[in-house]
Amino acid sequence: MQLLVIQRILGLLLVIFSSTLLPPIGIELYYQDGSVMPFVEAFILTLVGGIALYLPVRNQKKELRLRDGFLVVVLFWTVLGIFGGLPFYLSETPDLSITDAIFESISGLTTTGATVIVGLDQMPHSLLFYRQEIQWLGGMGIIVLAVAVLPMLGIGGMQLFRAETPGPMKDNKLTPRITETAKALWYIYLGLTVACSLAYWVAGMGLFDAIAHAFSTVAIGGFSTHDASMGYFDNTAIELIAVVFMLLSGVNFAIHFGAIRNRTLRPYWRDSEFKAYISVLAVVSVITISYLQINRTFSSTTESIVTGLFQVVSIGTTTGFTTAEYYSWPGFLPVLLIYVSFIGGCSGSTGGGIKVIRILLLVKQGARELKRLVHPNAQIAVKIGKKPLPEKVLEAVWGFFAAYFAISALMILLLMASGLDLETSFSAVAACLNNLGPGLGDVGQNFASINDFAKWVLCLAMLLGRLEIFTLLVLFTPAFWRK
Amino acid sequence: MNIIILGAGQVGSTVATELAREEANEITIVDKDQAILSELQDRLDLRTICGNGSYPNILEMAGADDADMLIALTNSDEINMMACQIASSLFHTPTKIARIRSSEYLRNPNLFSPESIPVDFMISPESLVTDYIHHLIEHPSALQVLDFAGGKVQLAAVKAYDSGPLVGHAIKTVRQHMPDIDMRVAAIFRDGQSIKPSAECVVEAGDEVYFIAAREHIPAVLSEMRKLEKPIKRVMLAGGGNIGGQLAALLEKDYQVKVIERFAGRAKQLSGMLDSSIVLLGDAADPDLLTEESIESMDVFCALTNDDEANILSSMLAKRLGAKKVMSLINRPAYVDLVESGLIDIAISPHQVTIGTLLAHIRRGDVVAVHALRRGSAEAIEAIAHGDKSSSKVVGRSIEQIKLPTGVTISAIVRGDEVIIAHHDTMIESEDHVILFLTDKKKISEVERLFQVGFTYF
Repeated sequence: MQLLVIQRILGLLLVIFSSTLLPPIGIELYYQDGSVMPFVEAFILTLVGGIALYLPVRNQKKELRLRDGFLVVVLFWTVLGIFGGLPFYLSETPDLSITDAIFESISGLTTTGATVIVGLDQMPHSLLFYRQEIQWLGGMGIIVLAVAVLPMLGIGGMQLFRAETPGPMKDNKLTPRITETAKALWYIYLGLTVACSLAYWVAGMGLFDAIAHAFSTVAIGGFSTHDASMGYFDNTAIELIAVVFMLLSGVNFAIHFGAIRNRTLRPYWRDSEFKAYISVLAVVSVITISYLQINRTFSSTTESIVTGLFQVVSIGTTTGFTTAEYYSWPGFLPVLLIYVSFIGGCSGSTGGGIKVIRILLLVKQGARELKRLVHPNAQIAVKIGKKPLPEKVLEAVWGFFAAYFAISALMILLLMASGLDLETSFSAVAACLNNLGPGLGDVGQNFASINDFAKWVLCLAMLLGRLEIFTLLVLFTPAFWRK
Repeated sequence: MNIIILGAGQVGSTVATELAREEANEITIVDKDQAILSELQDRLDLRTICGNGSYPNILEMAGADDADMLIALTNSDEINMMACQIASSLFHTPTKIARIRSSEYLRNPNLFSPESIPVDFMISPESLVTDYIHHLIEHPSALQVLDFAGGKVQLAAVKAYDSGPLVGHAIKTVRQHMPDIDMRVAAIFRDGQSIKPSAECVVEAGDEVYFIAAREHIPAVLSEMRKLEKPIKRVMLAGGGNIGGQLAALLEKDYQVKVIERFAGRAKQLSGMLDSSIVLLGDAADPDLLTEESIESMDVFCALTNDDEANILSSMLAKRLGAKKVMSLINRPAYVDLVESGLIDIAISPHQVTIGTLLAHIRRGDVVAVHALRRGSAEAIEAIAHGDKSSSKVVGRSIEQIKLPTGVTISAIVRGDEVIIAHHDTMIESEDHVILFLTDKKKISEVERLFQVGFTYF
């Protein structure tokens, strides 16, 4: 473990992160509806903290090793979660406790979108903007951003990159150089965000809301500037735009890259993960819409279709916007939607959950076991897009799956022990671990009412979900710390 | 530069390592073995693609559309040629380099032209290594002998011993010893550190001296640094693979050659290929066989198998049994340091020999030859100066007027057939081949810039 090298990078990253507090200061000076001080103080604290970490070890320029990468990423997300909570804690409106401030900040950075703030419509613009902004930064991953702008990370950057990028196969670089890959990802991300803002704006949102919602849409986050979330606008065009951009952001960015570079849509149809992703959402949408129709939840068919589709895509991609009180929908629908959020987005996207590719592999492997029962001597390869996958990947997927469910079971028990009911505990853990946002029961609208212990457990769940469990879990193994 | 490398074997991996280290290059490496690729991916900042390098879709995945160069280094000549052909017809890759091992293909130079098989440059690591060892056997006192300008000028490395008349004296006294021979000391390495070779500099015993002179003067200069070893007569080669076979064929005219080969089939084949060499079937690490074949009267024992450990051990054994000089082919850089100070006289690193030739094609400016020295930390370059006094930074200037980066020296110039050893007042003209020596490889980009012609030239 090269602790000094890690400290140096951590310091640098904090210095970079401090600059994210500048736009809210600008917003505050423009709208003048709150106080600029929390942001100025947070900016100074973060900057000074970063410099204090960096300066004493600024000459420690060694290559990062594999293990250092894990530690940097985990430390960075935790430290950032804490520093990111400063503006919430320092603000007078809303008056948040430390727990709430950190919960809100981690929820933002991990693109979960679970909130403890009630009365968003009355909050100052600067604070609202800040929430959307950290969500946006967390979406593509702030470390990926750092790799793009800091060439000095070098091959060590690859270790960081891998620890932060979601999905079971992380060696597929878009370009030979890691910095170029990171830049390409951010350009696509930026492009999607700009397109989404423009679309919202044209469809009738105010400029501030359009940009703010574009941030959380493309990041698959789900923060909104209104308590009623997307439902506030009550505008079918906006909802459909949101559906399109949530779908796009849930796709592997490598496929976007291929499509843009070769100016063809072929990469999409060639990718089995993309096909599975669209199929799952389509099937669940049809089921949801039909069930809503049968139960006559909405008065008009159009409303059922739009609201049903919006809600399925929003929850299925783990964004977490709401236009209806889906948690009070009839029958099995709320639980179905929570289940879909476990599948989540594609690997290499900004979405959360287990990722479509892993589910696809599990299903294919299940099918293989069935075939084996019929043909005991058959050699059957598990293939993705006509390419057989190495057994190593399959084993890793099983390991991930098991860990995911073990962790969620454990957390549900912890939450129930703290006094929450089963529905709330189950949905809160699912919503946080999948980086979804809203849950069912007590946490259907927001997370303000649950106890502090539960909030800390959920903070951990959000980090575990964003870093895909193993990156964080590996730090708790003795082998990691042995020399 | 966007470079695709096919084949992640020993040569491919070394080339990738060397090229990825330079910031300007974007490397994609293609191989069939995922395990090797994963290992490279962990170590280097490059992209890897798993698949057959001559398939169009694999090349497309590797980014052949906007690649500047394709280097085909798989162990199959046919795949390499095919890949160049495909890269040329489907992707219009500007520069295509292929590793061609078999001399059968190299016999007809018309084969490799843009109309037939579009390979721009061919490299054959085996022949390069063979030539390298051949030079060493020709000049038994030298550690390394490298050709420039088609062999008109040579760079030689030698370890100085007390027996040499120049040792213990300043470099400038060489003029009194040999008034009619012109040479230039390019660098001196003392205890692994480079020393600037000024005229006043005193050569000490144990120094590694690099000097440049016309080909015919090399033995004379060598004799200044140490007592010359007796010319070699008897050579034993352990390992009759590609290198061993080629080398034996090259040497058997002038020397008595014995080749030890482990596999009966290959041994039989070799005996058919070679005329006066004696091919022995057996294990090079078998002391009885070595003694039987009078190892004690061998002037040189060369271990040339694919296996580093076997080479090192059989060389050490041969040395103990009485071989005068032992050389060993060693792939792993770490081993080279380990053995060269001890029992093995010369460790030959095939990669370093090969990589220089490739680097020459990758360097900007008109660079003809690049030789990696001292395991890649130093480099000797042959570049051609173009342009005139206004467009070039070197043409029309005397050597002292050229702003060379520190650690870089101009050692010699070849103008047509004439070899000019560089002095401070030597003028450089257009189309001169300039031979430079870099003790620090990091200065390479500055040197490249020096030899690039300004825009006015076009």
